[in-house]
Amino acid sequence: MSLNELSASELLSLQASGQLTAVQIADAFLTACQQREPKLRAFTSLDPDAILQQAAAVDAKRRAGQPLGKLAGLPVALKDVLCTKGVRTTCSSKMLANFVPPYDAHVVERLRAADAVLFGKTNMDEFAMGSSTENSAFFPTRNPWNTAYIPGGSSGGSAAAVAGCQVPLALGTDTGGSIRQPAALCGIAGLKPTYGRVSRYGLVAFASSLDQIGPLAHNLTDLARVLEVISGHDRRDSTCVDQPVPEYTQTLNDPVPNLRIGVPREFFGTGLDGEIEASIRQALKEYEKRGATLVDVSLPHSKYALAAYYIVAPAEASSNLARYDGMHFGHRTRQKGDLIATYARSRGEGFGQEVQRRIMIGTYVLSSGYKDAYYVKALKVRRLVKQDYDAAFEQCDVLMGPTTPTAAFRVGEKTDDPLAMYLSDVYTVGSNLAGIPGLSIPCGFTSAGLPIGLQLLGPPFAEEKLLRIARMYEAVTDWHTRRPTV
Amino acid sequence: MNLSVDDVRQVAHLARLELPAAELARLADQLTQILHYVEQLNELDTAGIEPLAHPLPIANVFRPDEPTPSLSPDAALQNAPKRQGDYFAVPAVFD
Repeated sequence: MSLNELSASELLSLQASGQLTAVQIADAFLTACQQREPKLRAFTSLDPDAILQQAAAVDAKRRAGQPLGKLAGLPVALKDVLCTKGVRTTCSSKMLANFVPPYDAHVVERLRAADAVLFGKTNMDEFAMGSSTENSAFFPTRNPWNTAYIPGGSSGGSAAAVAGCQVPLALGTDTGGSIRQPAALCGIAGLKPTYGRVSRYGLVAFASSLDQIGPLAHNLTDLARVLEVISGHDRRDSTCVDQPVPEYTQTLNDPVPNLRIGVPREFFGTGLDGEIEASIRQALKEYEKRGATLVDVSLPHSKYALAAYYIVAPAEASSNLARYDGMHFGHRTRQKGDLIATYARSRGEGFGQEVQRRIMIGTYVLSSGYKDAYYVKALKVRRLVKQDYDAAFEQCDVLMGPTTPTAAFRVGEKTDDPLAMYLSDVYTVGSNLAGIPGLSIPCGFTSAGLPIGLQLLGPPFAEEKLLRIARMYEAVTDWHTRRPTV
Repeated sequence: MNLSVDDVRQVAHLARLELPAAELARLADQLTQILHYVEQLNELDTAGIEPLAHPLPIANVFRPDEPTPSLSPDAALQNAPKRQGDYFAVPAVFD
């Protein structure tokens, strides 16, 4: 394996033993980017000088014998929805094409404090709305396993950058599956933490009651390490819960005894691709071989979760995105006009089609006369969805199923059919509505050579157990060691 | 609910979005399709179910009301589309 194909944990050990410096690591990944970025287009911005400077600072600290953070010298790419002080943060939108935040997001502060090397900003569906990264206002990102295919979305740049070995670690955000779905389609691990586990301060808001920041990596050890760093209380996000953060890496290799795996029958119905189903069933068999019991469970309102999501998320988005009025920051139209016309033109010019569609849906379902029929109705169904999960977790430790109904689709295949695109989130949105943690790990490939993801869902704040359960499978399989030829 | 081109125009006005006239009919179709899809929620009887706006059982979160450092005027204005002194310059609200 070449240097850029190593996992974060391997890179840490090689630094600790003096075989490798942070600058050498940064160089290796920058070289990989130079070769691969023209094909993958995972990044919206990448500043080699700034990267090498950070790496040199880590090496200097190490030489001086100063204590080093948990991510010392490890490149971490950031989805371009996370504010970085002095570095353009675009949300892959024309609206914010020139926006330079005057502050860092909480997670960015945490990464800096852990001596990580902030390694570029990654492409995404505009304002995190989409499932293929084709809604980026700049360019689409490609799947490293086959560049004719999409990498998933909305954190498609982060997933492609890790899977394509342009960076060992990345952060994404997940509002309805936007970490897990691209992780699955790119053959890597991705975690959406419990709502409230990670501070959203400095995350450009899409749907505030659903958004969570989480890590993407080649394996679970790397994922656990990043989660330790970014989790924990921050009073600048009033929904960030003050609960102790376990040392996820310390317990990761402890199998969970008497494991009961809930298999929601609704996750194996119409629409699920046969090859995906076969891989998931095979993974469940591996668990059974190791003593786990499969429990047939039902999430009776699953069918309605996607519909509820496509009311709640646009409603919150239409409210959150009202701030982009061309007055304080972001795009302002060059056309002269009165105040209202300036608002409307700036927004018409600055937002792409999918964002406009969601703002329209959100505005409609919140408008006078329709709010009860749509928005309030969806919130009631949201409670039913959450109650389904609560009831299921009384019978099992974890729920398992596919992350996505199909493997990656071709670039351009679904761009004209918004509803078909929405359906790729059918297994992931429920956990955002319920606020529970979800994890996707690689569990095989289709006959066309595209990755398949196994999804694991746990009760609130059960990340520690969820990671251990996932590790039981990872420890006996080698999917996480596969690397694409780009 | 079927949205007409007039409905789309009205919602776009509420959302302060200027849309190209040529787009309105296509958007009306797409939004109608999405609304039809989400209307499957009407199959469910939700009488007596409390709406859930938020997954966490947290109510008011308080912190001490103490001054902390904030952005300088220059930092706060650095992304302003148009600036005049220490102010955001915007089109006139009243003529």
